[in-house]
Amino acid sequence: MTDLVLKVSGVNKRFGGLQALSDVGIEIQRGQIYGLIGPNGAGKTTFFNVVTGLYAPDSGTFELAGAPYSPSDVHRVAAAGIARTFQNIRLFPDMTAMENVMVGRHVRTKATALGAILRTRATVAEERAIRQRSLELLEYVGVTKYADYQARTLAYGDQRRLEIARALATDPKLLALDEPAAGMNATEKLALRALLEAICRDGVTILLIEHDVKLVMGLCDQVTVLDYGKAIAVGTPGDVQRSPAVIEAYLGAAHTNVATKASA
Amino acid sequence: MGLLLPRLSKDPRAAWIAAFFLAATLMALPWVAGHFGNAWIRVLAFACLYVMLALGLNIVVGFAGLLDLGYIAFYAVGAYMYALLASPHLTQQFAWIAQMFPDGLHLSIWLVVPFGAAIAAFFGIVLGAPVLKLRGDYLAIVTLGFGEIIRIFINNLNSPLNITNGPQGITLIDPIKIAGVTFSKTINFFGYEVSSLVLYYYLFLGLTIITVVICMRLQNSRLGRAWMAIREDEIAAKAMGINVRNVKLLAFALGATFGGVAGAMFASFQQFVSPESFVLNESIIVLAMVVLGGIGHIPGVIVGAILLAVLPEVLRYTVEPTQMFLFGTVILPAEILRMLLYGLAMVVIMLYRPRGLWPAPEHGVNPVVQLHSRLVA
Repeated sequence: MTDLVLKVSGVNKRFGGLQALSDVGIEIQRGQIYGLIGPNGAGKTTFFNVVTGLYAPDSGTFELAGAPYSPSDVHRVAAAGIARTFQNIRLFPDMTAMENVMVGRHVRTKATALGAILRTRATVAEERAIRQRSLELLEYVGVTKYADYQARTLAYGDQRRLEIARALATDPKLLALDEPAAGMNATEKLALRALLEAICRDGVTILLIEHDVKLVMGLCDQVTVLDYGKAIAVGTPGDVQRSPAVIEAYLGAAHTNVATKASA
Repeated sequence: MGLLLPRLSKDPRAAWIAAFFLAATLMALPWVAGHFGNAWIRVLAFACLYVMLALGLNIVVGFAGLLDLGYIAFYAVGAYMYALLASPHLTQQFAWIAQMFPDGLHLSIWLVVPFGAAIAAFFGIVLGAPVLKLRGDYLAIVTLGFGEIIRIFINNLNSPLNITNGPQGITLIDPIKIAGVTFSKTINFFGYEVSSLVLYYYLFLGLTIITVVICMRLQNSRLGRAWMAIREDEIAAKAMGINVRNVKLLAFALGATFGGVAGAMFASFQQFVSPESFVLNESIIVLAMVVLGGIGHIPGVIVGAILLAVLPEVLRYTVEPTQMFLFGTVILPAEILRMLLYGLAMVVIMLYRPRGLWPAPEHGVNPVVQLHSRLVA
């Protein structure tokens, strides 16, 4: 239990008359790929946005690697060690791929305006380190050859990879990916899966929201299923697949018996 | 020139030679211009001030993407700061100030520049703090209001305490003095007569070059990238751990700094300031320089500023004589023609070069390369 990267519990979030999240919690062990799934409108992205600080929760406790953090300021969450990507890619479109990743280093570096104007030795050294690390990350996700191209001109799959590289540049304890496979073709999905496995092997814990059940089932160590803002099942992909509540949520009550029989 | 630049950046020796020729040209410019009359040296000096203003505004508008229509307010703040601290106005109005400074207030340039920068930066933050959450049109309206507020304040601060002397403005402002050289007099430099205008031109040129260097260094820094990130996508920038509030305030403050210094220089150059010099139209002209040249691209902004500062003067001196020569009478006064051409230039630029005359270079993935990489992958 000591090696929890993320421990969130008792999250409530209300939008007007809609209880988007009620008492949702999640515990992610270091080195896991953790999946968050559920039907449309189940509250996955809301939960994700609460954890990463984009929405203020009504209640909840948040702990990252044993230290409590407050998800009230987005930039503090990134500083604490959660890096995220977005469902509909949000790169800096007119900046080059390289610059995009270099922005990711912002939170782990500290050059000031004065340092930049005077070109102090520390600033120059830091800038060189930023460049070096960013190049490594471009190489890591496999878009090095587009380093000097503007991000918006990259192919869709490459933009996804670039966004992951940018998130990794913040040296995250937890990498949170919002539907990284959305809009990808089968080949791109395979490549993405290999990339995520590599990231996990290299010691970064991953939280994944995904619609593609096949990808989640093959990739994740642990899964939470959300429905109507509640966590209806937690466990390994295999366990969750057999849970009647999950089958009901996805297929409807009438199918529960059929589905359990079929899988048995 | 745009084609030359990449080659220059690869060959340091060629770059040094180019820089040497550029410096020599800039140094010789007032001597050439002087042959056509002193007014042209004045135009050159003003062009330098406008380059400083445009580069300062470019930090806010070009780098950080915050539309600012009240930028001239910082120019006014700098100008009035110098006017008040280097003229007899305050000592005449307030006995206690006269007692404190029996010789009158005469601020040295070594204080003027940092002071002007600091006060303008302070006003930059005063403007920036309340508008942090605004974007686009709304931000433009508030900054426009801010610019007008400053001007109207200056216009009316002559009663009950006469601080700015209202619409009459402040006169008898000290010229700049560096190391015993007073810039308002012609000096003898190894047998060469160097006029006051040329001295000012060199001073402004020096400050402009410092401004260019600072802007370039800022652009390629951690802070510069943070500015561009919030310009491109504020939410993504936040998610990357950028403190958007601080970074925006820094953009307002640093942008204002150059306006403040340029303003102080303007006051010493004219030796007179009045609220008339800081009307909305000036803010718009500086913004036009940035947009016309190539928003966010330093060389483009410099070109835009020089063009818009010099062309109207060229018109002023050529339009009326030409008409006299052709028609024997002046049909269109230069002032009207200038506005017409201004409008026409704007329309043409927006239609044919919407990113400015000299925009930042595009680095796109060639569609063929893209297709190839997909097939290989």
